[in-house]
Formats: sequence, structure tokens, C-alpha cells
Amino acid sequence: MKQYATGAPAETVAVTSSSDVVTARQMVRTLAQRSGLSLVHQTKLVTAASELGRNMLVYGGGGVVRAAPVSDEGRRGIFVEFTDEGPGIPDVELALTDGWTSGNGMGLGLSGAKRLVDEFEIESGPGGTTVRIVKWGR
Amino acid sequence: MATEDNTQRLVDALVAGRDEFTAQWNRTVSGNLQGRLSTAELGRELGELYEAIVQALTAGGLSGRGEEFAEVRSLLIELSRNRARQGFTPSETARSVLALKDVLEPALTTDGHGAEIYLQFARLLDDLGLLTTEAYVRTREEIISAQAEQLLELSTPVVKLWDGVVGVPLVGTLDSARTQVVMEKLLQTLVDTNSTHAIIDITGVPTVDTQVAQHLLKTVVAARMMGAQCTISGIRPQIAQTIVALGIEFGDIPTNATLAEALRQALKEIAQDAEDDARGLL
Ligand SMILES: Nc1ncnc2c1ncn2[C@@H]1O[C@H](COP(=O)(O)OP(=O)(O)OP(=O)(O)O)[C@@H](O)[C@H]1O
Ligand SMILES: [Mg+2]
Repeated sequence: MKQYATGAPAETVAVTSSSDVVTARQMVRTLAQRSGLSLVHQTKLVTAASELGRNMLVYGGGGVVRAAPVSDEGRRGIFVEFTDEGPGIPDVELALTDGWTSGNGMGLGLSGAKRLVDEFEIESGPGGTTVRIVKWGR
Repeated sequence: MATEDNTQRLVDALVAGRDEFTAQWNRTVSGNLQGRLSTAELGRELGELYEAIVQALTAGGLSGRGEEFAEVRSLLIELSRNRARQGFTPSETARSVLALKDVLEPALTTDGHGAEIYLQFARLLDDLGLLTTEAYVRTREEIISAQAEQLLELSTPVVKLWDGVVGVPLVGTLDSARTQVVMEKLLQTLVDTNSTHAIIDITGVPTVDTQVAQHLLKTVVAARMMGAQCTISGIRPQIAQTIVALGIEFGDIPTNATLAEALRQALKEIAQDAEDDARGLL
């Protein structure tokens, strides 16, 4: 993923409980509103953040959500990064398959989040998982 | 100098000055609380506490967390819980205990030995002061979680919309705890009102992700098992687009853009059923 110019210092939320996922979601929504993303884009981004934040909590044992407004060639968007120090995802490709879950979810969080945003990047290993997303406004 | 001797001298001083010390302690604390607690109640609380402290010291304790102080601790916990419920601050609560230091300082520190004893006692009171803060915080946490539970109940109303139709206007997030409450209330109301149709309205749910969707589906399945028809309404355009992109399918569950539309649909079905009934088709 390209390193985009950030418009403001990143805001962070530490996620250790499901109410923290709600807080992270609110942070992302506020940033998206401030950057002038349309309601549909806001909703898609916030929903993706909800999925990735909860994965981080459920499978990664909690982590940190970092978000910042970004800009590139005149367009404005929101960058969000989810980092945990959990066991990692053994097979990322498999995890990104619609309907695949190691627990009792719908198996749509990861693949669905990827479809909801414009850029999606995942790094995972035994030391943890980092997912980065960007949603651009139109 | 043996600690035992110190403790004995402390006990002697506390016993000899009991009336004077407790009276002064009472005055200091009640000035502090500015009459928000009745003098009688405060007097009783501090009197009991004073006696318990003397007894614990007599039993040879000088550590607030020791066994001898079990009675003192339970009195302090009681006091802190009451203060937390009555809306006093944690500092005001801790000061109720710490004020005893100010009362005893001039009486005890008349010589070097006395100063040493006073310091020991002050440390003990500091520790007891901390204990009140811990108990205070724990009580506040209990109050907050009780309120959260009440809010949960309040924010999940299940209402009879029409004869045979029950509505569930959801507001906020739908986590597991909430789903459980909603489901139980919905099923009970279906039975109580003898309804055949349920409408779950999600206009007030800001984010519909896989977790919310899964909980909605679970609720619909439960209602269906009671023989009710279930509709999801209030799916705003941005939510509809997001659900589709996520890949969530509501299967054969009917959905409506608005609650009004869902209600109209339900009433039509009920009328149809009644007609069929009258014709003896059912
Ligand atoms: N941060 C993570 N750390 C470790 N494993 C993860 C992480 N995120 C996802 N996974 C793995 O990838 C799988 C797929 O994730 P995905 O979010 O798509 O589905 P899910 O969480 O199981 O169900 P849901 O549809 O409710 O999100 C998970 O079941 C889990 O095994
Ligand atoms: Mg998931």
C-alpha cells in the first residue's frame, strides 16, 4: 500500500473489549464525516472497521486501531490500521474466502471488509496480524 | 523500642482520650461533608469505627490488611458503599478516615517517642484510607453495571403495533447480551398478545455488520419457531448497500424499507388469513 500523506496526526483506540470496538467505530465515523465522505462511504468504512476491530479482539486477543485522514492527488480519504499481537492467520487466502470461519461466525468479516473499502492490505505471522485499509471519498 | 510497647501506648492514649478524640473527629468530618449526612448517623459510624480500631490494636495488629483488622475493614467497606451511593466523592470518603490523623497528631506528638507512634498510626490510617477508595470504586462499578442493565431493558421495547402484530424498534448496537433480551421479550410478547406477525425495525441501528446480522437471523428463527411471520424493516439505503457488499444474505426473510410498509404488509396477510379462514380453506 502506498504511503499517503496524512492530514492530521493519527488517532488511536486500544481495543480490549467489545465496547472498545464501538469506540473505534465512532472514531472512524467521526473522521470520515470530517473528511466529507458520503453517507454510503462512511457506512461502508465504519462497517469494515467493525469487522476488523472485532476480529482483532476475538482472534488476536485485542489490539490497537489507528486512523487518520489521508490525501492523494486531490482526493481525500481515511486510512485505518488494525494491529494485534495474536497468533496470526495461518492461511490468509483461506481466511479471505467467503464463508470460511474457524469459529462460529459467518466467515464474511474479512472478505466483506475487503469489498467494502478501496485498498486492503494484510500482514500476518506468528507474532500477530496487521490489516490496513483506505476508503476514498468521491 | 519494641513495637508492642508502642501499640500499647497508642491503645492507652486512644482509650483515655476516647470522648475528646471522637468528638473532634466528628466535628472535622461533618465540617468536611457540610451537613449532607445526619450528625447522628455520622456519630454512629465513626464511633463504631473508633471502637473497632482500638480493638484491632489491642489484639496486636498494626497492619490494616491483617486479620485483626477484619472488623475495621468491613465497617470501612460499609461506610464507603454508603458514601458512594449517597453521591459523596472518593476524596470526601477517604478523608473521613484520614481526618483522625489530624485529631491525634497534637495529642500524640508531645515527645520523640510519641512522634514515632504517631507515624506508625498515620501509616495505618493511610492504608485504611486507600481501602475506602477501593471499596468506593467497586460500589460505583456495581452501580454503573446495574444501570447498563436497566438501560438494556429500557432500550429494547417490544410493542403491540396492531391486533396480531408485534414491533421491535431496535436502537443502538445489537450484541449478544442485547439479542438475548430482545429475543426473550419478543417471544413472550408474541405469546401474551396472541400475535402472528413480528416486525423488527433497525432504523436506529447505525451499523449492521456480520455480528448484528447473525443476531438478527437468530431472532427471526426463534420467532418463526413460535409460528410467527417475521419481517425486518427500516433498512436504509446505505445499510442495504453495505449488507450486499459484505455478502450477507437474509434468505427468505422479508425486508421492508419502512416500518409503515412492513405493518401494511402484515395487516394484509392477516386479513387474507381471516378471509381464508371464513371460507373454510384453512
Ligand atoms: N486478527 C486475526 N488474528 C487471527 N486470526 C484471524 C484474525 N482475523 C481473522 N482471523 C481468522 O480468519 C477467519 C475469517 O475471518 P472472518 O472475519 O472473515 O470470519 P469470522 O470472524 O470467523 O466470522 P464473521 O463473519 O462473524 O466475521 C476467522 O475465523 C479467524 O480464524
Ligand atoms: Mg470476523
